[in-house]
Amino acid sequence: MSKPVGWRAALLSLVFFAMLLGVWQIAATPRGGSGPALDPEYAKLIGAAAAVGQKSPFPTPIEVGAKLAEHLADPFYERGTNDRGIGIQLAYSIARVTIGYLLAALVAIPLGFLIGMSPLVYGALNPYIQVLKPISPLAWMPLALYTIKDSALSSIFVIFICSIWPMLINTAFGVASVRREWLNVARTLEVGRMTTAIRVILPAAAPTIMTGMRISIGIAWLVIVAAEMLVGGTGIGYFVWNEWNNLSIGNILTAILLIGVIGMALDQGLGWLARLVAYQE
Amino acid sequence: MTDHMPDRPFISVEAIARRFPGARGAPPQVVFDNLHFTIRRGEFVCLIGHSGCGKTTILNILAGLERADSGAIVLGGQEISGPSLDRAVIFQSHALLPWMTAKGNIAFAARARWPNRARAETAAHAQKYLDLVGLAGAEHKKPAHLSGGMKQRVGIARALAVEPKMLLMDEPFSALDALTRGVLQDEVRRLCAATQQTVFMITHDVDEAILLADRIMLMTNGPHAKLAEIVVNTLPRERTRHDIHRHPHYYRIRNHIVDFLIERSRRFAEETAGGGYDPRRPPETRPGIGGPGGDGAPPDIARRSAAASIAIV
Repeated sequence: MSKPVGWRAALLSLVFFAMLLGVWQIAATPRGGSGPALDPEYAKLIGAAAAVGQKSPFPTPIEVGAKLAEHLADPFYERGTNDRGIGIQLAYSIARVTIGYLLAALVAIPLGFLIGMSPLVYGALNPYIQVLKPISPLAWMPLALYTIKDSALSSIFVIFICSIWPMLINTAFGVASVRREWLNVARTLEVGRMTTAIRVILPAAAPTIMTGMRISIGIAWLVIVAAEMLVGGTGIGYFVWNEWNNLSIGNILTAILLIGVIGMALDQGLGWLARLVAYQE
Repeated sequence: MTDHMPDRPFISVEAIARRFPGARGAPPQVVFDNLHFTIRRGEFVCLIGHSGCGKTTILNILAGLERADSGAIVLGGQEISGPSLDRAVIFQSHALLPWMTAKGNIAFAARARWPNRARAETAAHAQKYLDLVGLAGAEHKKPAHLSGGMKQRVGIARALAVEPKMLLMDEPFSALDALTRGVLQDEVRRLCAATQQTVFMITHDVDEAILLADRIMLMTNGPHAKLAEIVVNTLPRERTRHDIHRHPHYYRIRNHIVDFLIERSRRFAEETAGGGYDPRRPPETRPGIGGPGGDGAPPDIARRSAAASIAIV
């Protein structure tokens, strides 16, 4: 009944892409007359479009493609603090996400283990988790800036705080729901607590923990853009904001595309790790 | 009567009970209480009873996975206070660790028993028990890729690999199809006979009990389940699935047990209300040689009770 859809899906995908580009091209092509004659001095100063009262023209796909090629051809240039290659900006963002995320994992996974294994600790910490979890990570930013007094560290802290909850909750859930009989096997074999934790509970809970880690990296990558828009200086979020101030829609679109691609790569990487620890019952 | 040294039991179950607290000051729900029995070294004992009489609880208390609400189990002069490598459990649902291979599961148990052994030695030990249960060739398969019977073979190999003093089996074959069950019963019989293993097994299957057990303990229905009697299996020790039903004792024992399960397991409390039952010494019966109930039932009754026994499984 169901034939493999591989190449047909890919073909359809390409058709959609072509349609999108076509509509975009038509919509973005400037129309109408050239407008009233201009004082060439004035037009040179503020740009031809602005001088006649138009908005900056929305770039066509070809223009965005050219921008993308330009950025990818020289991603790591550095011409002053406000003019760095997009590769450098992305590297800052990835580094912040990685540091904040790994710190969160370092705290969340052991703590989640403890919560999952001990109903007492679960009962004691659950109210805090429930209150802290729904707080927007950006709400911590002023507090972080005030206490840490360093914008780079503050954005790492924001990544830490937003990626800790899914990992913590999933680890606790995975550990708490390890099948009773597997624990009984370990008990009848008189396996110590540490060995049970590493050889039985960890592999049993690993798929659930990995799900939490995957959710976390997604959230962290979402949040870093907003955090960098706030704190400025470096990073892809700052780049987007800076290009908004430059009214360079082409650069913004390029950045948006790259943010998506890198977010997908992060997710796929963790998905690959998740497959490594998956098991079939 | 000559005065002989009573051979000291390997395991002595003394007055164990399981109660659940009643809601709002109601009297506690007693699943069973004041339960006594003993198991001798090298003996194969089966426990038969309907669901809800606390069979699995008894096995878990023997394993040390649960504690009795009162009473104690004494093993080799010491009270059982927790799980031990000396009492290996074969779980009904096999309970293999799904992220380990068949051999890995057995090696995990072997390493628990001998943590200081070299890796190669542990692997060789695991391989030996894998071969013993006829799974050579399936070493590197994960449990998800094994059939139900093969999974339970791994479970058996894992239990035997720690070289326990006693095996505890909780309906180990109930999840298997009839053909596989028969084959595995034969294997368990062979393995236990070869290693002189002491075994406590829970089953629903009367034929399985008669084939495997030296003594068959009959439990009444819960709540307040009691160990009504202990049927001594008088069939020759050298018995197989294929010839067992031709032996004259077979149907007597079988009918006796099936009658118990259908009728007496319900009525036992009324039957013994006038006294004559001492829970500390449940009566041992030998229906095979004409004890109570062992009247040599004609074959048509035997057939009827066979149908009845299917109904209780």
